Amino acid sequence: MANGRAIRVNERFWTVNAAPDTPLLYVLSGELQLNGPRFGCGLAQCGSCSVLIDGVETRSCVTPLSSVGKRAVTTLEGLPAWYARQQGLSKIPALTPVQQAFIDEQAIQCGYCYNGMTIKACELLSKMPQPSEAQIRSAMNGHLCRCGTYPRIIKAIQRAAQAGTHEGAPEGRR
Amino acid sequence: MKPPTERFGFPRRDLLKAGGALLIGFAMRDTVPAQTVEGVALVTGPDQPDPARLDTWIAIHADNTATIFIGFVELGQGCTTALLQMAAEELDLAFSQVKSVRLESHTMPNQGGTVASASVARGGPRIRSAAAEARRALLQMASQKLDVPVDRLTVSRGVVSVAGAPDKSITYGRLVGGKPFNLPYTGAAPLKPFHDYKLLGERIPRLDIPDKAAGKYVHMQHVRVPGMLHGRIVRPRGQGAYADGARVLSVDETSIAGIAGARLIRKRDFIGIVAGKEWDAVRAARELKVTWDQPAALPGTEGLHRQMRAAKTTDRTVLENGDAAAAFRDAAHVVSQTYRGPYQAHVPFGPNCALADVKVNSALVLCSTQNIYDTRRKVAQVLGMPVEKVTVRYYEGSGTYGRSCYDDAAQAAALLSQEAGRPVRLQFMRSDEHGWDNFGPAQLADIRVGIDAAGKITAYEYHGWQHNWGTVETTQQLALGTPAAESPGPGSQEVSNFNLGAMYAIPNMRLVNHRLEGARYLKGSNLRSPLDVSFSFAQEQTIDELAYLAGLDPLEFRRRNIRDERWLGVLDAVAQAAGWTPRTPGVRAEQRRAAGGRVTGRGIAVGTHTSSYAAAVADIEVDRTTGRIVARHLYGALDAGLCVNPGCLENQMSGMLVQAASRMLKEEVTFSSTNVTSLDWNSYPVLRFEECPAVTTVVVQRLDQKPSGGGEELMGPAAAAIANALFDATGVRLREYPLTAARVLPELKQRTA
Repeated sequence: MANGRAIRVNERFWTVNAAPDTPLLYVLSGELQLNGPRFGCGLAQCGSCSVLIDGVETRSCVTPLSSVGKRAVTTLEGLPAWYARQQGLSKIPALTPVQQAFIDEQAIQCGYCYNGMTIKACELLSKMPQPSEAQIRSAMNGHLCRCGTYPRIIKAIQRAAQAGTHEGAPEGRR
Repeated sequence: MKPPTERFGFPRRDLLKAGGALLIGFAMRDTVPAQTVEGVALVTGPDQPDPARLDTWIAIHADNTATIFIGFVELGQGCTTALLQMAAEELDLAFSQVKSVRLESHTMPNQGGTVASASVARGGPRIRSAAAEARRALLQMASQKLDVPVDRLTVSRGVVSVAGAPDKSITYGRLVGGKPFNLPYTGAAPLKPFHDYKLLGERIPRLDIPDKAAGKYVHMQHVRVPGMLHGRIVRPRGQGAYADGARVLSVDETSIAGIAGARLIRKRDFIGIVAGKEWDAVRAARELKVTWDQPAALPGTEGLHRQMRAAKTTDRTVLENGDAAAAFRDAAHVVSQTYRGPYQAHVPFGPNCALADVKVNSALVLCSTQNIYDTRRKVAQVLGMPVEKVTVRYYEGSGTYGRSCYDDAAQAAALLSQEAGRPVRLQFMRSDEHGWDNFGPAQLADIRVGIDAAGKITAYEYHGWQHNWGTVETTQQLALGTPAAESPGPGSQEVSNFNLGAMYAIPNMRLVNHRLEGARYLKGSNLRSPLDVSFSFAQEQTIDELAYLAGLDPLEFRRRNIRDERWLGVLDAVAQAAGWTPRTPGVRAEQRRAAGGRVTGRGIAVGTHTSSYAAAVADIEVDRTTGRIVARHLYGALDAGLCVNPGCLENQMSGMLVQAASRMLKEEVTFSSTNVTSLDWNSYPVLRFEECPAVTTVVVQRLDQKPSGGGEELMGPAAAAIANALFDATGVRLREYPLTAARVLPELKQRTA
């Protein structure tokens, strides 16, 4: 524990023992046993390991633990709570609108890339609540899906964006 | 937060407690003769549940639910949902009353591999007929209990009632719950007629999606067990010729001396690292200095098709109908061309992963195989252990679309665990997966087709050159020195009539397979819709050329040459969905050439895999200054017979259209004379969001037909429709794919020069 380093993940502080050069991914999946971020390439090419760091989508497979510092790391597991904070909701939903839209659109096949897809789509909608299709494609372009579910992901993000406008203030909004 | 550690043990008996009741009497016996239902072999073998017992397939629980034992793996294609629909339909249970359990050797029926779009098409009928047989047995029991003849009984949601006496009823759970049927499975119970279907053909949401969206789904890559080590393999970056495997000249163990937690494991030429911390295993595998013998035995990407053409081959006439030679002499128009297809890779998005716990006298291997019993055999081989001592349990991995490195990973994890004496979780790195895949084989094809003056196809000849699939996993090659070997084919490994000519009414046909000896090529295996992209690319462009020579619209030309109404059905369905308007060559292309800049084009094609009927239309855009093609909209129609769940099929079709665009426009394995060089997503690019077409899918539902498979059949026609659209847009035909800018631009320049 002497070498312990504190990191802030999903609004909790954790003391981890990994060497400073360890990519954040291995800390999250190994020491913290989180299943959201997952290994895809180790080269920041595909997006399966994505997390939010201070709200910015980041490839955890090439982010050394030492560079994270005190910044807030959010994984898929913490995304509904992050979304609730963003939206000022008093209650944490079970799923973000993006995740619900993935279910409603029956978008997923194997689902391996959906960690990154969810993280990136939530980041996008937090910055740009009503993106055009071209803006969705551009924002998501760095995330790969081998099953070819892109068309349904686009529709799901559009659906999630619509949910934001038409349902008005969700229950519990302050 | 739920700890991700999965139960790790041998839960065979626990499995039978599903639904709360302990069910015993799972039938096991030694090898029995293979039996068939509807001509489909069911594999039997040592220490497998006896397929001839009803209890092997279905358990009814006291709470009036049922567990269906399904021998196929969920790959995100929705087969679990669809197969449960089939079982619930015949049992007259609600969908919420049926479930399946994790697939594992020893406990689950061996239905063969989840390949060739077979789970619903070939596995479904057996599950369905087992369910019908269970229902029949339950009605007989109810008849005795209620003292009413069977023909006065009705069933809804597992409640058996007497017609006209609503107070007299009994549930399945009361009749048999928790106890075995102890009945043979004969396959003789009649199935429900299609007009009585309640669940078949319904869009039931897929069972696996909610957990996948929530991040709660346990993929193979997520499984961890107490006390496990992390493993990585060490190989040359990219495979060489299949026969050569990889030979170690020297290993410098001091190169990883600084990584205290890492241990080197070596067995002949198999090298792996195990470490308590995953990052230590990754670093050590990367930094270990190994000198490899890498013979320059490959032709290189540039020399590939030349070597194939010059090779000594084993030739087989696959089909000879009529007199093709004479028909070619009499033809009004003949088109004859050579086509080339590349090696393409499975490259699952999450590299393959396996977790093994090998003890002195037993082994448990968790992995993402498409065939648990075949993997069990391979793991037993590499461990030197009797097959019945090895248990293989399935966890879904990342979409594999055929035999990627999952058996290789399972063998490697098992070896590392055997040597380390601890459970080992092995994951391949990206370059392992890209470099050591069992690639979809390249093809060289000569095609010649002739028509008469009325535009009828009179003669058809196709010669295909390719090698068969490798059967020895790389781990086994390296660790045991097992020589490379290939499966004998034919089927999807060879020129086949399924997707060559069979859709058209052609009186004179000749199909010839030229089998290459695979030793000096890359290791091959089945990649989604094996060879079909190459077949369709060659055939459907040839058909298009003939249409234009005959002065006919490509849709009209195909309609005139197709007699089978199911082929016409998909062709018309896709044409209608796309709003097809008749096209003529030349004028359009000339107009478009004059326009400059970006031009658009539209193409059509038909095709399939081993069954079913598919057609596609492609709308593309070509940037004439760069040669870059973008597929803007792809339309696909698929008649897969009875479509059990249109929602699942549409998702598969949508994925196929996107994957077909990726394979036609971008994907190509590259290699030098010594090794594969496309080792990541930059050197092996796949389609991205910004290049992704809009997709329109049309399911041609045939409730009165048998299901015939829907996971592969759109690949060929969708890819070929893109190639035909390129001609429509620019007047250019390419004979080699992928249709990259580097291939398209010189052709465009040549035409305008």
